[in-house]
Amino acid sequence: MDSTKITTDVDSLRSEIRDKSVRVIDVRREDDYKQDHIPTAVNLPLAHLLSDDSPERVLKLVNSMGIDDETPVVVYDDTFGALASRVAWTLEYLGHSNVTLLETTYSNWKSIGLESDSVIPEIRNKEHSLKLQPDILATSDYLESAKTRDDVILIDNRERLNFLEQHIPGAISLPYRTLATTDKILRSKDDMKRLLENRGVTGDSEIITYCGSVGTLSGLAYYALKSVGLPNAKLYVRSFKEWKNLQKPTEKQEDASYWDLSAE
Amino acid sequence: MTISDLKQTAPDSVKSKINWARMEEADNFAKTVKLFRQGKYDEASFRRFRLQHGAYGTRMTGDYAMVRIKLPAGEIYPDQIEKISQLSEQYSIGSAHFSTRENIQLHWVILEDVSEIFRGLAEVGLTSREACGNSVRNVMCSPLSGVCPDEEFDSTPYALATARFFLRNPMAQNLPRKFKFNFTCCEKHGMVRMVDVGLIPQIREMDGSTQRGFKIFLGGGLGNKSFVGHQLEEFTPEEDLLYTSIAVMRIFDRLGDRKNLARNRMRYLVNDMGWEKFQNLVLKERAIVRATQSVITRLNVDHSPNEIKRPVRISDESGSDIIPDGYARWLKTNTVKQTQLDYRSVFLTLEAGDITASQLHALADIIRNFSSEGKGRSGFEQNIVLRYVHEDDLPRLYSKLLEVGLAKSGALTMTAPIGCSGTTSCNLALTNSHRLAKEIQRKFLELKLDEDVDLTDSSIKISGCPNSCGQHGIATIGFFGGGARVGKDMYANYQMLLGGRSDGDTMLGQICLRVPAKRVIPVILKIIETFKQNKKSNDTLKSWIHRIVNGNEDSTIKSIVDIKKILEPIIVPPTIDDDPDFYLDYGSDTSYHTKTGKGECAA
Ligand code: SF4
Repeated sequence: MDSTKITTDVDSLRSEIRDKSVRVIDVRREDDYKQDHIPTAVNLPLAHLLSDDSPERVLKLVNSMGIDDETPVVVYDDTFGALASRVAWTLEYLGHSNVTLLETTYSNWKSIGLESDSVIPEIRNKEHSLKLQPDILATSDYLESAKTRDDVILIDNRERLNFLEQHIPGAISLPYRTLATTDKILRSKDDMKRLLENRGVTGDSEIITYCGSVGTLSGLAYYALKSVGLPNAKLYVRSFKEWKNLQKPTEKQEDASYWDLSAE
Repeated sequence: MTISDLKQTAPDSVKSKINWARMEEADNFAKTVKLFRQGKYDEASFRRFRLQHGAYGTRMTGDYAMVRIKLPAGEIYPDQIEKISQLSEQYSIGSAHFSTRENIQLHWVILEDVSEIFRGLAEVGLTSREACGNSVRNVMCSPLSGVCPDEEFDSTPYALATARFFLRNPMAQNLPRKFKFNFTCCEKHGMVRMVDVGLIPQIREMDGSTQRGFKIFLGGGLGNKSFVGHQLEEFTPEEDLLYTSIAVMRIFDRLGDRKNLARNRMRYLVNDMGWEKFQNLVLKERAIVRATQSVITRLNVDHSPNEIKRPVRISDESGSDIIPDGYARWLKTNTVKQTQLDYRSVFLTLEAGDITASQLHALADIIRNFSSEGKGRSGFEQNIVLRYVHEDDLPRLYSKLLEVGLAKSGALTMTAPIGCSGTTSCNLALTNSHRLAKEIQRKFLELKLDEDVDLTDSSIKISGCPNSCGQHGIATIGFFGGGARVGKDMYANYQMLLGGRSDGDTMLGQICLRVPAKRVIPVILKIIETFKQNKKSNDTLKSWIHRIVNGNEDSTIKSIVDIKKILEPIIVPPTIDDDPDFYLDYGSDTSYHTKTGKGECAA
C-alpha cells in the first residue's frame, strides 16, 4: 500500500465492495448500524473497543471481523472521522498496515444518495498476527520526557476555548475542525500542508497529538499529519484526561475572560 | 431538521455583487507573519501591516489576533454567513461577534492562522482589509436604509460605492488616524453626528425638478473625548459627495496630528482649528478637487434595484397555526413596519453581539427562507436585521428563531445593551463590560422590562475603559469601566453618564456617579423606580432624563445631583468579609486587579 494513502475515496470503496476485496468497519453505535450502513460493513462501536483495548482483546476483535494481515480495511463513522481514526489507529498499533479512513462521513455518504442496507454480513474468523507498533503511541511518561527535547511538537486538538483554559505546557492549539472541509474529513493535501507549515509543523520533528479524553480528535489529527507525509507522528492516546488525573502540570491563558465572549 | 424541511425546495441563494477580497493578500499575510517571527520584520512595521489587513492584537498575548471582517453598508449574504460560521469553529472560539460598526469579529485567532481566514473570506468575497489601522474603516449604513418610512431615498448604494472607492485606495493607506463614514436613512436612526463623516439622504426641489443629495456632518466622534459633528452646508448634491469626501480626507491627511496618538482623530483638528475655519477649508479644497479630478474620479453607484422575491414554500408544514408563546411580545419589541406594504424588518438581538457557529449556520437558511431580499444587514447595536419579511411569515419565522435561540425579545428596547469586548479580549480593558451587558439583558428580560413602553426609546451602553468602543457617551444610561479600592482590595467600578443621545438632538451624556460593577443593575433599577414616581403622563425614561440633564425638570428631582443623592446609598462598598462577591468582576472568580497592555482599541 502507498504509505501516504490515508483516506479511501467514495468511488474506490464502492468498487472494492463490489470486488469483495475490503473489510469495511462501521464504528457508530449498534442501533444506528442496525438501521442501515454501507453494504458489507461490520460494526465495531468505538465504546465497545474502548471498554478494553488491550492488544489481546483487540486481536480477538480483529480476528472476529475476518481481518488477517493482508485484509484491506476501511473505517467510517458519522463523527467527522474522529471515531474512525481512533479505531484505525488501534489497528495500526496492533500491526495492521493496510487500514484507511473513508474520506467522508456516513451522513454525507447517504445524502449524496449512495447505497446502504441493513444486512448484517456473515463473517468467518481469521488469524491476525500481533506486531505492536510502539512508535505511534505516546504514553504520559513518554510525553513528559519528550517535551524536554526541542525537536518535539505537541498539538492540542480540542476546541480553542478549552485550550485557552487549560492545556499541557508547550502545546500548540489546532482544533480538530481545522482539519476538515465541509464534505471531507480531511483537507486536501496542499491545503493541509499550507496550514501546517504556517503553524511550523513541518519536517522531521516528532509530533505528538492529544485531545480531551480518548484520542479521537487527536486520532484524526494523527492521520492529518500522515496525510501530508509527516513521518514521525504519535498519538497520546489517553490524552488530557489522564494527564490531569495524574496531576501533571498544566498551563492557561491568563488575565482574560474569553469564556464570556462565547455565545454558548 | 424535519423531513418536511428536506422536501422543501431550498430557495436560491442571493450572492453579493461586489467582491471585496483579494486572494493574494492571504499569501502575503502568511509570508509576512513568517518573516516577522524570524525577526526579519520589526515590531512596529509588522503591527502597521497587521492592522491594515484587519487583524488586531489580543489581550496580554502576542500569539493571538482578532480578525475584523468588514460588512460594507452592513450587508451580509447567506453563503458569507455560512463561511463565517465555519471559520469561527476552525480558527476562533466557535462564536463570532457582531460589532457596533457593522463588522464581524473573530477573536482568539492564532496569528499564524489569520491568513487561512483571509482565504476563507476571499471564497465568499469578504475582506478584513482596512478594518483596523489608519485607514477608512468599514463604511456604515443604517440597517433600515431602503425600508425606513422616514427616509427620502435609499443611501445603501452610495455607502457601497464609497466603500469601494476608498478600499485599497493609496490616498487612504496612511492617514493620521482611522477615518469613519456613517450613512443613514433619517434623523431618528441617526449616528451621523458621532463620526468623522455622517450623511443623511435629502431630496431638494429645484426649478421643478428634484435632486438627490446629502446633509453632511463632519468632525464628530466618540472617544476619550467626544465631539458632536457640524453640518457642512444646507445641502450637498450627490455629484459632490465624492469630492467632499476626498476634500475632507485630504485636509485631515495634511493637517491632522500624526504625533499625539491620543488627539489625532479628525474631531480634534476641527476643534482646535474652529469649525468655521475648517468648513472654509473643506469648501475650498472641494473646489480644487472638483476642478482637477472630475473626469476620472467618480463614485460607481449601482442603482440597479434589488430583487424582492418572497421565498416560495411548497407547503406550510409544522402546524404554523399554533403561534408559540412570546410571539406578541417579540413582534412588538423586535420588528418594525417598512415603507413597503406587508413587509417588516426583524431585529435579532444577540447578547452583546455574540452568536455561535451553529446559530450562524441556521441563520443563513433562515435568511434564505424568510427575507425576500435574500440577505441580512447588521445594525448599529451589535445586532442583525432581516428585512423584507412578509407579515404572514412572521409567526413561522419566530418559531424558527426560537428553535435556534435567536428569538430573544426586546431587540428595539433598553433591554438590549451594548457592551464592548472589555477584558474578554481587549488589551486596554479595565472591566468585563461584555459580560455586564449580558447580565443586564438577562436580568431585564426576566423582569420583562422590554414590555414597558416607557423604557423603549432609552438605551444602555457600556465600555470597559474610557475609550468609547461601547458608545457609552450617547446612551441614555452609559457606563465606562475603571477600578476602585477599599484599603488594598480592588473592585471593578463604572463611571455612569446620563442623557446621551445620537438622534437629531445629539448630545453627550453627563457624568453622574461611579457605580461598582456589582451594583450597576440595582442602580439602573433604582433610576427606573425614581422615574416612575416622578414621571409626567407622557414621559418616557429618556424624555424625563433629558429634562433633568437640561435643567428643565420641575418635580423634586431637578438635577443630576438629585439623582446622585438617591443612588448614593446603593453604591457604598461592603467590607470584603461581608460580601466577597462584590470584589470580583463579572465572569471572574479571582480577585480584581487592573491590568492593561498596549492599546489598539477594539469594540
Ligand atoms: S479600548 Fe475599546 S474595546 Fe477596549 S475596553 Fe476600552 S472601550 Fe472597550
